[in-house]
Amino acid sequence: MARNITYREALNEALTQEMERDETVIVMGEDNAGGAGAPGDDDAWGGVLGVTKGLYHKFPGRVLDTPISESAFIGAAIGAATAGMRPVAELMFVDFMGVCFDQIYNQAAKFRYMFGGKAVTPVVIRTMYGAGLRAAAQHSQCLYPLFTHIPGLKVVMPSTPYDAKGMMIQAIRDNDPVMFFEHKALYDSSGPVPEESYVVPFGEASVVREGGDVTIVTLGRMVHTSLEAAGQLVADGVQCEVIDLRTTSPLDEDTVLESVEGTGRLVVVDEAHPRCNIATDISALVARKAFGSLRAPIEMVTAPHTPVPFSNALEDMYIPDAQRVVNAVKTVTGWTR
Amino acid sequence: MTDDRIVPVTMPKWGLSMQLGKITAWVVAEGDEVQVGDDLADIETEKITGTLEAADAGTVRRIVARVGEDVPVSGTIALIAPAEVSDDALDAAVLQARAVIDAGVPDDAGGAAELQTADVGGRKISYAGAGEDGDVILLVHGYGGDRNSWLFLQEPLAVKYRVYALDLPGHGTSAKDVGDGTLGVLADAVTGVLDALGTGRAHLVGHSMGGAVALAVAARDPGRIASLTLIAPSGFGSEINAGYLRGFADAQTRRELKPVVGQLFADESHLTRQLVDDLLAYKRLDGVDEALHALLGTLLDGDAQRGDSAALAAAVAAVPVTVVWGRADRIIPAAQADAVTGAVRHLIDGAGHMPQMERPAEVQAAIEETIARAG
Repeated sequence: MARNITYREALNEALTQEMERDETVIVMGEDNAGGAGAPGDDDAWGGVLGVTKGLYHKFPGRVLDTPISESAFIGAAIGAATAGMRPVAELMFVDFMGVCFDQIYNQAAKFRYMFGGKAVTPVVIRTMYGAGLRAAAQHSQCLYPLFTHIPGLKVVMPSTPYDAKGMMIQAIRDNDPVMFFEHKALYDSSGPVPEESYVVPFGEASVVREGGDVTIVTLGRMVHTSLEAAGQLVADGVQCEVIDLRTTSPLDEDTVLESVEGTGRLVVVDEAHPRCNIATDISALVARKAFGSLRAPIEMVTAPHTPVPFSNALEDMYIPDAQRVVNAVKTVTGWTR
Repeated sequence: MTDDRIVPVTMPKWGLSMQLGKITAWVVAEGDEVQVGDDLADIETEKITGTLEAADAGTVRRIVARVGEDVPVSGTIALIAPAEVSDDALDAAVLQARAVIDAGVPDDAGGAAELQTADVGGRKISYAGAGEDGDVILLVHGYGGDRNSWLFLQEPLAVKYRVYALDLPGHGTSAKDVGDGTLGVLADAVTGVLDALGTGRAHLVGHSMGGAVALAVAARDPGRIASLTLIAPSGFGSEINAGYLRGFADAQTRRELKPVVGQLFADESHLTRQLVDDLLAYKRLDGVDEALHALLGTLLDGDAQRGDSAALAAAVAAVPVTVVWGRADRIIPAAQADAVTGAVRHLIDGAGHMPQMERPAEVQAAIEETIARAG
């Protein structure tokens, strides 16, 4: 039975149900239970944004509060995965991922390949990304393009509570390392989520709105920005098809190409910096494989190529908004040779 | 207030959970004369696309709702009025109607009828009802369906009856465990819901596999069943589209599932993306894959249809039985209607395996006629 719960609750429910189902599932990370400055209660926080709240007492010994040493506990999680556990490690902000890159891209991502398929690394690395919380340049980035670049990693970013739960369950059951991106601004969003366990498979984009005039390909928080723009454009007689990629690795090329073959126009909306991001990747895909269908140049809506500003006013301008998406759609619908 | 010669055309409510509808195309334009029953607009809900027919005759003076915009159920989408009504009066009515559309669905709308559950032999069985009084009708869906299979029927029937629809084991939000997968396990769930409702006798309506289940319930306890309406019921002949059944059970992606599900309809435009997505979401619940494959063994013997529905039907000869079949059924051939001895037969043109979605008004009439025969 589906009922409305938040993105945060959906993730917590996925972790709870998988920990109940499979005792090899463990959770580890900074402040996953308590936390510095907590009032003494050992499950005071449940993670900085409360995602793992309640798990510490429900699953004794299986929720590990780690030291603030990302390189150590991410390495430990990857090692545990190769030894038969299914760890879900939380690296609070993706911005800190740099200190454990070797463990992730040169170890976890390579094991299956280098051991001829005889080793699996079923680790999930949860992390927060994205701007909008006044957290400045070192706590607001969208670094999923870096991980999408690396073969051997699965890179996923649910945009709704339904996807958050189903993709977390899929991530835990998956035998490959999964980078699980959670946008900070989505934790309090709510939507229908079944009580039962279920999976959302990776590599299947979701057409969240159908329309015949323009294809908007997007992901993460920008799905909601794009839907807002698509709703506004109805008054102008423009019907947008909005595609939520849901996973950037693997990538559902067919859904994107089929849609562009129908509409002939593409706008890609990506919160990441504009160079070598998902927008450029999708643009290249469509330019190569659906060139004959294009009736206008491809438009990209992205953040600028700058660090995320700390100034509130500048940060608001930095994040792509619905108006910029509307403008891009009008550019492609109004384009003439 | 508005001129009472202005007749609003409103967004219909197709199904208990429908809160919004979207007009995908207007068939009529401002200035057109319409008769009762004329097609007005194609409307898409979360579940399915249907055509709204005119309930009143007259001139369409104003189109209120735009193509592609969400309109709350019962919101005014067009105005029919005689030529004497002034443009000013119409424009005022349009403004009122626009305000309702722009406000969207009220937060307290609730929407879905309250879901109830019964514990049947340790299995949680979900069901939902509508209607205040009258005889009890219980709607039993088919293989891979759920209580929403009846979305066009449950509300209209609820005007005169208390209408319940359940989710069989392995389906919808009921327990996914189907035990050995026999019709008996499914029939227990139907009996369990009737017990939970505390009803003496009920009218059963069963679709496809649900038809065979309804027959099994009636054969077991004929005194409990007041009438049977069987829609494209399974088990009356050996011919069945085994490829459909296996394809449905095995499909893992929307690309695999969509062409399979399309075979259910005579007109595949009934198949919305949402309908396919909802089916995929159901198939991805833990336990559903096992349940669907277990039930395949009940329905199929190799590529032939298994079942002894004809014998069961003979055993319940005292109960009024009606069989409804779409002539364009691509899952179970409509010719098998002849095997339902003693039944009143309704063969429906232009309908496939889902006449309750493609021709709901005719199916509703058949159900009401069957209930009338029960006295």
